[in-house]
This record gives sequence, C-alpha cells and structure tokens, in this order.
Amino acid sequence: MIELKNISAGYGKNEILLDLSVCFEKGKLTSIVGPNGCGKSTLLKTALGIIPHSHGEILINEVNICTLKRNAVAKQIAYLAQGKGTPDMTVEQMVLHGRFPHLSYPRQYTSRDHEIAAAALETVGINELAQKPVHALSGGMRQSVYIAMALAQDTEYIFLDEPTTYLDISHQLELMKLLRKLADDGKGIVTVMHDLPLTFKFSDEIVVLAEGKIQAVGTPGEICDNRAVEQIFNIQIQRENNEFYYKF
Amino acid sequence: MPAGEKHIRGYMKHLQKNKTKIQGIYAIAVSLLIVSALLGILLGATRMSLSDLIKAITDTEGKLPESKILWYVRFPRVMASLLCGAALAVSGAVIQCVLANRLASPSIIGVNSGAGLAVTICTAFGIVGGWKLSLFAFLGAFFTVMLVSFGAKKWGASRGTVILMGVALNALLGAISDTVITFVPEVSMMSNDFKVGDFSSATYTKLIPAAVIIFASMLVLFTLSQELDVLTLGDENAKGLGLNTDMMRVIFLILATLLAGSAVSIAGLLSFVGLLVPHAVRRVATAQSKHLLPLCALFGAGFVTLCDTLARTAFAPYELPVGIIMAFLGAPFFIFILIKGKGGHSRD
Repeated sequence: MIELKNISAGYGKNEILLDLSVCFEKGKLTSIVGPNGCGKSTLLKTALGIIPHSHGEILINEVNICTLKRNAVAKQIAYLAQGKGTPDMTVEQMVLHGRFPHLSYPRQYTSRDHEIAAAALETVGINELAQKPVHALSGGMRQSVYIAMALAQDTEYIFLDEPTTYLDISHQLELMKLLRKLADDGKGIVTVMHDLPLTFKFSDEIVVLAEGKIQAVGTPGEICDNRAVEQIFNIQIQRENNEFYYKF
Repeated sequence: MPAGEKHIRGYMKHLQKNKTKIQGIYAIAVSLLIVSALLGILLGATRMSLSDLIKAITDTEGKLPESKILWYVRFPRVMASLLCGAALAVSGAVIQCVLANRLASPSIIGVNSGAGLAVTICTAFGIVGGWKLSLFAFLGAFFTVMLVSFGAKKWGASRGTVILMGVALNALLGAISDTVITFVPEVSMMSNDFKVGDFSSATYTKLIPAAVIIFASMLVLFTLSQELDVLTLGDENAKGLGLNTDMMRVIFLILATLLAGSAVSIAGLLSFVGLLVPHAVRRVATAQSKHLLPLCALFGAGFVTLCDTLARTAFAPYELPVGIIMAFLGAPFFIFILIKGKGGHSRD
C-alpha cells in the first residue's frame, strides 16, 4: 500500500498540495480527477518522491520514502509522465529501458530483461512495431510504447498521468481495459484522468481533488452520491442500473 | 508454439540481426581508423614507405631521419588528430543527448569558444602546454556549458533558444579573445590557425595531459551509456526509472567539457566534427549510446585524421588548416545524410 499522510508539497514556496492524506492499494484501479491546476500531477510526482514534500510522510509498503533511493522507488512504482519526448530509438530499445531500475553495474541487459520487454510489447499489442523508430509512430502508438515500457518495469504499482491523451476513443477503451486487467491481476494502478465516463466505468476508487485538497474518495457509486464531482465540474451525474449518465 | 513464445523468438532473431549489423559497422570504423592513421604517418612533405616505417620503429637509437620524422613530426600529429576527432565527436554526442537538442555541439553552444578564450588568455600569460593549459581549457569550456544548460533550465528556454544563447555566447567569447589578441601581439601569431583548428603545433607537452583526460573521460562515459539513453526519455520519465537526473546531467556535462576542452587545448577551435559525426553515426548505425559513443570516437578519430592528412598533402608544400578541409568535406556530406536519411524533415 502507498500511504500519503498529511502531505503538503509544491514547487518552491508555492505549495500546491495542502495537508492531504490518501492511500493507493494494490489490486485497485484508482483514478484522480479534478479541474486543471488542482494538483493531480503534483500528487503523483510527490507520491513518487520526484517532488519533495514539505510536511507529512509517504509510506511505500510501510517504508518511508525518504529512506529509499530513487532506484528502489522505481522498482516498486512505474511512472508514465504527462509530457513525453520522442527519443531517437526503436520501440524495442525504449521498452527495454523499463528494465533500467533492475540493472546493476555494468548495466547490461540480460536475456531475461529482453524476454520481459518482449512480453510487455505483446501485452500492449504492439509487437509488430518492435523495430520501428519511436519518432515514426503516431501519438497514440507512442503512448502505447510508453505503457509497454512501464509494464516492462515490472512493478507492484503503475502511476499514469493522463494516459488517454493522444488516443482515439477505441484506443482509450483498449487502454482502460488493459489497466482494468492489470488491476485485476493484482497491480495497483493510479491514474490521473480527465475523461469522467471512462473514470466512472473502469475505476475501483475515485479521488476527487480541488485546490490542492481532497474533496472526496470512494467508489464510483459513492462519488456519484457525494455530488463533489458535480459541484466541481458544474455537471449533473445520474445513475441508472449502475450506469452513469451525464448532463452538462 | 504459443503466440507469446513465437513473438519472443522473433524478437530475439531481430536482436541477433541488429548485433551483426553493428559488428559490421565497428569493423568499418576500426578499418577507417587504421587506414587514416597509417596514411597520416606515411604521407607528407617527405613520403615514407611501409619499410621506412618499420625501420623507424625498430631504430631504437633514433639516428635515422625516418625515425626523427616519425617520432617528432608525424606521430604526435596523428595522435593529436585521432584524440581530438574522438574527443569532439563523443563530446558532441553527449551534449546533444543531455540538452535533448540535435543541433547542439561543442562549437555551436559555445563550449569550444569558452575553452578557446581560456587558451588564448593562457597563451598571453606564456602558458603554451602541459596540465595548466588543459585545466584552463576545461574551466573555460565548463563555465560556458554550465551557463547555457542552467540558463536554459532556469528560464525555461526552448531548444531553439538554447542554440541562440550558444550563438550569442560564441560571439561574446570570440570578441573577448580578439580583444586579448589585439593587446598581446604574441598571441596573434597563433590566432588564425587556432580559430579554424590546426595540428601543426601539436607537441607531446600538449598531448600527454590531454590524452590522459580524454581516455579517462571516455572510459567513464562508456560505462554510463545506459544512463545517457534513459536521460533522453525526458526528465520525468528518467526520474520515474530511478535516475538521479540532476546529478547525471552535471556529470555528463563535466565529462563532455573535459573532452572538448582537451581537444581545444591541442588543436584550437575545430568545429563541425562534434555535430557531423554523431549525426552520421545515428543515421547509419544506431542512436543507442553504448554503440553511439564508441562509434563516434572511432569515426571521429578517423575522419579528422584523414582531413588533416589531406590538409597537409593536397596543396603541398603549402599546408591548409584542417578546419577548412573538414568544412569542405563535411558540409556536403552532412547535408547529404540529412536529406537521404529523413527527407530533410525535422522532428524537433
């Protein structure tokens, strides 16, 4: 379990997260929703230790993150950042870099690393792209490559910052089904989302964030009843036979 | 056979095919290096045959004229061109990866100019070789690269702005060098050759400290090739993979400036090789740092040595600075590989 207890964090003197507490569990797909600039991405980066926290503590499987090296965190949590470059390498080379945290000196990938990378390509369904240069792919395909890299990292948790960006609707659905399956297989998936229908359909738990504070945490049904999302986004959500309908 | 197993076998087959291709390119690079070094030693105002070379090597007392030509003229010069070519090409490849900018190179972002200014000042104070010269060349290069990279990060400069900052710094540092040269006429004797790059003043006192720094820096860089690749994925993704990006960026920039500064302390402001060779290697071989860096070293060394031999022999008895030959050969070749490789499109 990843626990954030009374966390305050931000960029220099500008604190974005204010006294925030939340848990992310294995075997669950947790979605973080909230308006632009509310601190969703900052929350993920703080939980990973990329942004230092000024108050509170972060425990990864009951170990304080401050006592862990970055490499040790990377062995437990894979992270798919929001801004992604277009590295000058082939798909297979890039996915193989998911094994980087597991390498010891002299940093040589073993045949086992290659097998794990190949399996990750297959899981995401992009094995036919293995030899293509990443820069030759569309935005959606590139996103899939990044996800395969996160899978190759072979961690208990995967954090994804707006993973459905750049994807058309069918690829968005494919991705969410994949994340759902990974959660069902026991991984802890934490994802920042903007798409509410996908969030409500696929998530086990939804964290509603606004102005650096948690407004609500619960199952999609509980969040629907809580009305926090409706107030923040100025929409109406209705539930009928466990399906959610939206009115803008 | 299950689909997964079939796919993994196909993947492994591709890996083997790539390995064979890379081995072939290494063989070409090593051959180029050997041929260029041999030509550099044999050709010149006094031509030597292979038997003359063997005689010169086996002449332990050093009395033969061939022996004197070999050990006092040709060998230091060829070593200088090999070292500078390798150092600048590797430095260029590293700077391009660290700044995530394919247009970056030691000469373009002002690293060479920083080292050049330091060498000019040293020369004005009578320091013309040895460890002091290498140290000051490194400090000049390091100061410039830190200014560019941290300035870019602090002000959130785009890739294009980084290049423009380098251009402005080049102009500023060049102006300061010219001012020094104007006030200290002794320095102006070497200023023209220094500005375009030249190996005619290569001596063992310049060569030995620079060679030690270049070999040590390259050795460390070759062991950090995976870190360099991960850094090219972008700061946040690299951090997510467990890399301490801030520390690694500083380490890479120190190593790249040690290489560029050492090269400048031997041969002056050799431009182009740090841009051309990494691009060519990426196009024809791979962008994977574990192969990119050694191949840049081999091709860079061979290319600069060939150019220097041509500079010495093409218009003999006159000798052109090697920088001029490199620009004549390199520029059209560079345009050719850019157009052939990507149809001239930019993806930055």
